Amino acid sequence: MIPEFLIYALLAGAGVALVAGPLGSFVVWRRMAYFGDTLAHSALLGVALGVLLQVHPLLAVIVSSLLLAAILVALQTQKLLGDDTLLGILSHTTLALGLVCAGLLADTRIDLWGLLFGDLLTTNLTDLLIIYAVAALVLLVLWRCWRPLIFATLDETLAQVEGVPVVRLRLLLMGLIALVVALAMKVVGVLLITSLLIIPAAASRRFSRSPEVMAVGASLLGITAVTGGLGLSYFFDAPAGPSIVLAASACFAISLALPRRT
Amino acid sequence: MSTLSSAQTLVSCEHVAWRRDGLDVLQDVSFAIAPREIVTLIGPNGAGKTSLVNLVIGLADPTGGRITRRDKLRLGYMPQHLRFDSSLPLSVERFLRLATSERKTLAHYSERLGITSLLGQQLQNLSGGELQRVLLTRAVLRKPELLVLDEPTQGVDVLGQAELYRHISELRDELGCGVLMVSHDLHLVMAKTDTVICLNRHICCHGAPESVARHPEYLQLFGKQAAEDIAIYTHHHDHEHDLHGDVVQESLLLHHNHDHSRCNHS
Repeated sequence: MIPEFLIYALLAGAGVALVAGPLGSFVVWRRMAYFGDTLAHSALLGVALGVLLQVHPLLAVIVSSLLLAAILVALQTQKLLGDDTLLGILSHTTLALGLVCAGLLADTRIDLWGLLFGDLLTTNLTDLLIIYAVAALVLLVLWRCWRPLIFATLDETLAQVEGVPVVRLRLLLMGLIALVVALAMKVVGVLLITSLLIIPAAASRRFSRSPEVMAVGASLLGITAVTGGLGLSYFFDAPAGPSIVLAASACFAISLALPRRT
Repeated sequence: MSTLSSAQTLVSCEHVAWRRDGLDVLQDVSFAIAPREIVTLIGPNGAGKTSLVNLVIGLADPTGGRITRRDKLRLGYMPQHLRFDSSLPLSVERFLRLATSERKTLAHYSERLGITSLLGQQLQNLSGGELQRVLLTRAVLRKPELLVLDEPTQGVDVLGQAELYRHISELRDELGCGVLMVSHDLHLVMAKTDTVICLNRHICCHGAPESVARHPEYLQLFGKQAAEDIAIYTHHHDHEHDLHGDVVQESLLLHHNHDHSRCNHS
């Protein structure tokens, strides 16, 4: 008989993997991996601020991620420094600030290990409901905006000439990624979030001849990784988050060995 | 420049200026494009050709002067490059369907530009010439009133270049659209163009190909040799060619005697 905590963990992980598939595909197509990393690192600061202001940590992370995305967009208007440099500055500043805040709040017992590497095994019903509500919202938005999003991802200039609101779509995508980063923090933790977004999508690329196939394939591979990782964690008593990431990496390695379809 | 404010005009630029990062990229640029007119922008590197194109299609707003587009002008734009990432799996057909949902139109123009056999291929596997034809097809799928082409023959071999220019002038006839293009292929493009604008941050000269080729500022920019090429070329070649790419070979042999027996004079 599978214990209840494992079922919750599996459902929560699968929910996040489901939405990380299509969104992670966009992260790969638009080369936003570093952006995801930055958001993830800033999430720790969000949690610390949440504790300080006594709001739900998930809400605090969502707000802080959206704020960070806004700061980045504002910084991008100056053209002297490249995006990777700006992201590097933001990423490590927020991570350091988060660690300092967490240290200062040590007596309120912030579970630093859980934040950094995830604590999927403590998922409760409330977490599950939040995850599926947010995932449903993100998938709905993606479905409604799919065509213009693909067009703008392919070539922003061309899309802009033909009246696609590319700037709004870029902001929308950043917002969606911020939401999913907040969710994924529970599953694999701050330091490993980006892997949940990009590894399944990268593994799916080799077998895909259309964006939809790649997105759905990424979701399926992500769910496989969550299942495999939790199995590994349960039977060998390994930490759940890192186990899931390793399972995803194994999927990617296998994809390299199989013949490509494109 | 007398056609500036005709009701027919597709786009007109009046004393347009554009500054970027404190630099004057364009100054006092005035011209207009009429329906069915092919306007070619030529000029050295850094002359502001792409900037002017971006202003005309509305990607940027001029910092001075005025650009007027006909109300609800349908634009077909063929960019210099497609900046897509090869991690995005997309077939040619799917790419074209982003521009139109009408399958008939898609089939018609794919046939017309000879890309039907490419439709099932992945975008990232196309050669330079194939990609340019796909991009041109995409630009006309929306049945534009103004077709804007930024260096349409980049990465295309000489034979392919002549073919691409032939396609452009045929599409103009079929769609009745105006064409604005940036080109480096002076000798190839001259015979197919109605108006040449020679740009070097301002309009150096402007007019029919032969008159531009004799203009002192043009001679200064491109040298006497290039001017003679064009003068000779446009003089001898104001006619239709057959489809075997003879245009290219002849233009390469410009200073030799060549016979016109294979040309279909109109």
